[in-house]
Amino acid sequence: MPEAEPKLRLQNVVKKFGDHTVLRGIDLVVGEGEMVCLIGASGSGKSTLLRCLNGLEPVDDGEIFLDKLDIAEPGLDLGPVRQRIGIVFQSFNLFPHMNALENVLLAPRRVLGKTRDQMMGDAEALFTRFGLAAHIHKYPDQLSGGQQQRVAIIRALAMKPEVMLFDEVTSALDPELVGEVLDVLRALQAEGMTMILATHEMRFARDVADRICFMDGGVILEEGPPDIIFSAPQEERTKAFLKSILV
Amino acid sequence: MVAGCDQRSSRQIVAIPLNRREAYEARQKKRALIIATISTVLVVAMIMILVPMAPGWEQVKKSFFSSEIFVLSFPKMAKAFLLNIAIFAWSAPLVAIVGLLLALARSVRSPALFPLRIFGAAYVDIFRGLPVVLVIYLIGFGIPGLGLPRPYNSPYIWGTVALVLTYSAYVAEILRSGIESVHASQRAAGLSLGMSERAVMWDIVLPQAIRRVVPANMNMLIAMQKDVALLSFIGPVEILRQAGIFKSLYANFTPYVVAAAIFLVVTIPATRYADYLMNRQRDARS
Repeated sequence: MPEAEPKLRLQNVVKKFGDHTVLRGIDLVVGEGEMVCLIGASGSGKSTLLRCLNGLEPVDDGEIFLDKLDIAEPGLDLGPVRQRIGIVFQSFNLFPHMNALENVLLAPRRVLGKTRDQMMGDAEALFTRFGLAAHIHKYPDQLSGGQQQRVAIIRALAMKPEVMLFDEVTSALDPELVGEVLDVLRALQAEGMTMILATHEMRFARDVADRICFMDGGVILEEGPPDIIFSAPQEERTKAFLKSILV
Repeated sequence: MVAGCDQRSSRQIVAIPLNRREAYEARQKKRALIIATISTVLVVAMIMILVPMAPGWEQVKKSFFSSEIFVLSFPKMAKAFLLNIAIFAWSAPLVAIVGLLLALARSVRSPALFPLRIFGAAYVDIFRGLPVVLVIYLIGFGIPGLGLPRPYNSPYIWGTVALVLTYSAYVAEILRSGIESVHASQRAAGLSLGMSERAVMWDIVLPQAIRRVVPANMNMLIAMQKDVALLSFIGPVEILRQAGIFKSLYANFTPYVVAAAIFLVVTIPATRYADYLMNRQRDARS
């Protein structure tokens, strides 16, 4: 093998909801440790693509290789795949009847068969690292949006995923809380996590992403390093989109 | 002008002056209180004057509100009510378990378990569609009629079964509505962490669903507590049957009033508590 195998490789991924085709053939390669940002208008298919990668939405056609495993294979047991690919949602989706710690410990206990004691060290380290040590026993409704979203990230990280997906994770936050969540993403990138983000935080994407994919009408219309996409986009639609949001 | 001056000066005298809205609300409250008092007094007075004017009142008073018979029958009536409580106490957990199993049966997605869904749906339709008393008759007389040996032909057993069958159908529907009210994103969050459908249901969906339907189920329990009295039709000497026995003995209806009073002592606090839970839940949501 002359080249290292990519972490994720998507070939002609198609997703339909009834008659409505949301993804019209997505091709994308994501290397180990790379941070890819998906940008584009609402309805362009960013969220759907992420949900397909995690198996929350079954793919209608095409292949998704995680290392050498085709996870788009119909009938594949998705449990182990989802352990390897974590996702964080726009609306946090913490479990409201559990405190922050229980939210984080639930899946490792149920899925990995770990005990509370085995997980406690890891969990506490994560809470401390992301500035939430004081909130470990609080319930979601006692936390701010930014804190909830950080707990949701910790919850996904506790499964030790190889890839992390972030679906507009700052879109539901008050503006002053966005920074604390973006800091977490920067920290994850620094430690070499492979990440795909759907985001509207253009400045963050420009500063941090390794690659930008502009999605439009269910395809990746244009992709490239942030400098090029933001300063010299080739496609008319990309130009129009960037103009509309960067005014 | 003068009135305006008065208001201003009175405002200066009061230690904490009411703002305009508070003053308005205080006036409204006072007015509502006066109206409620007057209307209550009027209605009670009318009942007290008009009812004794009815031609049969003396007779009704003697046969329904005899204090002598009230005192005579009360101890045994209260003791019979303990049987109602006992039947309720062993039925309620069974209703909870059967209701939960039915709700889960109706919520399964796996195609292999489709027959279970059909069974759940048919069960719920049948037992919600029948009067409780009819189920009690059919099961309470029908099954012992099969000639079962001694302890297994007891009306306690089959009466309980009838109650459990009926009420678990209602409780199952309430639970199912609770399960469906948990947002799909909760399920997605659980699945995305690699959890199985079963673990997601058990650890994430059900705990939230059950909490949401506690008040509605409280109301079901209260209804069932009252319907225990229907078992009197098939034998057990619980409070309603005991009242019937006393009625024949004394040729007087007062024992039924005693039974009503005893029921209310239990059901009024229970319904108040259910209302309180429901209000608290509504406030928490808004």
